[in-house]
Amino acid sequence: MLKLENLEFIAGGKPILHNLNLHIREAEIHSILGANGTGKSTLAAVIMGLSGYRPTSGCILFRGEDITDLPVWERARRGITLAWQEPARFEGLTVAEYLDLARRHGGNGDLSPAECLRKVGLLPEKYLRRAVDSTLSGGERRRVELASVLAMRPKLAILDEPDSGIDPLAIEHIVDVIRTLSRQGAAVLLITHHENVAAVADRASSLCGGTILKTGDPAAIARFYRNHCLECLHVNEPKAEEVVSG
Amino acid sequence: MADGSAELIELSRAMQPAGADPAALLHARFAGLAVSHNRILRCRSVDGLRIEGEETPTGAKARITVEPGVQLDTPVHLCFGVLPKEGIQEIISEFDIGEGARVSFIAHCSFPNAERVRHLMQARIRVGRGAQMQYAETHYHGPLGGVEVLPVAHVLVEEGGLYRTGFKLVEGAAGVVKLDYTAELAEEAVCEMDAKVYGKAHDSIVVKETILLNGAGARGLAKTRIVASDHCTSEVIGEVVGNAPFARGHVDCIEILTGPDARASAVPKLLVNDQHAKLTHEAAIGSVDKKQIETLMARGLSESEAIDVVVRGMLR
Repeated sequence: MLKLENLEFIAGGKPILHNLNLHIREAEIHSILGANGTGKSTLAAVIMGLSGYRPTSGCILFRGEDITDLPVWERARRGITLAWQEPARFEGLTVAEYLDLARRHGGNGDLSPAECLRKVGLLPEKYLRRAVDSTLSGGERRRVELASVLAMRPKLAILDEPDSGIDPLAIEHIVDVIRTLSRQGAAVLLITHHENVAAVADRASSLCGGTILKTGDPAAIARFYRNHCLECLHVNEPKAEEVVSG
Repeated sequence: MADGSAELIELSRAMQPAGADPAALLHARFAGLAVSHNRILRCRSVDGLRIEGEETPTGAKARITVEPGVQLDTPVHLCFGVLPKEGIQEIISEFDIGEGARVSFIAHCSFPNAERVRHLMQARIRVGRGAQMQYAETHYHGPLGGVEVLPVAHVLVEEGGLYRTGFKLVEGAAGVVKLDYTAELAEEAVCEMDAKVYGKAHDSIVVKETILLNGAGARGLAKTRIVASDHCTSEVIGEVVGNAPFARGHVDCIEILTGPDARASAVPKLLVNDQHAKLTHEAAIGSVDKKQIETLMARGLSESEAIDVVVRGMLR
């Protein structure tokens, strides 16, 4: 579904992503593991096409189409979306309106705003009329963000640390959302530090120094990450022999 | 005072673009005042609230008194307009909200056909001790922007009183708007001012909000949201003065430019005269926040659709 080929991204003269190859299959849940500063959020921004994140070289193929030069909204209309780790706030826009926008402009999802909220563990009667502004806590805002991804019914959802700052009791809702997306036929690119959440993945990749070290079974990648990456002196500067294609 | 029933219906209909419900304006149950140009078409008091109106050559004078302790559950509807293309309307008003009273006003000002209209409003407001007054004002100036609106208000909020005002002009053209509100707050009094204006074409917008925190523990918020498109110019002056211990004040201004020839300035002015007072401000001027736009674009909205959603939400 999504192929990243020899992706390079240089910012301020510093390579952030380099020689990055990754293949996300249809409807698979693919988690990305990596220490802080390895380029995980940059990878999410490059795939979504955010401003300032155009690849220096390489290409992004989505369902066989080269989307490297497409703007954000055209990628979104092809079915790609991103849930930010720190989502934006909107004065005067209610949660119901925010979810409805995603549904109407995205993939015309069949879940109502209320159903999307229930999926992320928020009571519709309490949240639908609230504003998507600073009166929501960070955890509430992140869950509303996930609900809007559900409402959109994307083909590829990039979730950048959706569990960050979420009440541990609510983690099961995050996992449920990821599974729901997958059941709907969406591929999920999941960036997380939370092993319970990462365990839902079909495959995983380890990212270090802006490149993919290993791709494979999530449990094996998690072990590799725990036993190797967390203690590695080469964090963010992998040895040449460690680098493998995804 | 004119009978004006047909004229009143016409005026009430003209208030619809300003968000008014004509039925509410005409409903006998609601207290209210309606002035078309210099003709008072409706002036209705209710128990505990008295409205006295007097026509003048250029507009009207009004005195609104709420007796102490009176708590009104339904809002008072005020309605001011000039329906011809040209004209001047000068409204001089006095509000006296008695101790412990509670009242809310919904004001609509409409100049739907304006090419050369001046609307001047001078208000003196006293919110008595422990009283609460809310004043929500929505304007519609028609599509041509041929209006000059100059509202000036001086508000005195006595001990423990609350005054909350909102000025909104987001549909049609704005024309020339020079809003100048000043509030003086006694001990533990609260004041919130909120102005929202959408400027287009060659509109010129000046918003000056001043809050003087004269009593201990007084709290004030001066909030402004302006969107300036095309050749619109906008200037916001938010001034808060902390004259007493534990006074708290905040100036919150966002001005968004959506056209290459639009211009905006913000002048937050904070003055503290007591070491235990604390004032803060935040101002953002410029384009729409990139992250907001990209968040909406990642849901499939085009850039212009996303900007429209952000702007409409902010001005709501």
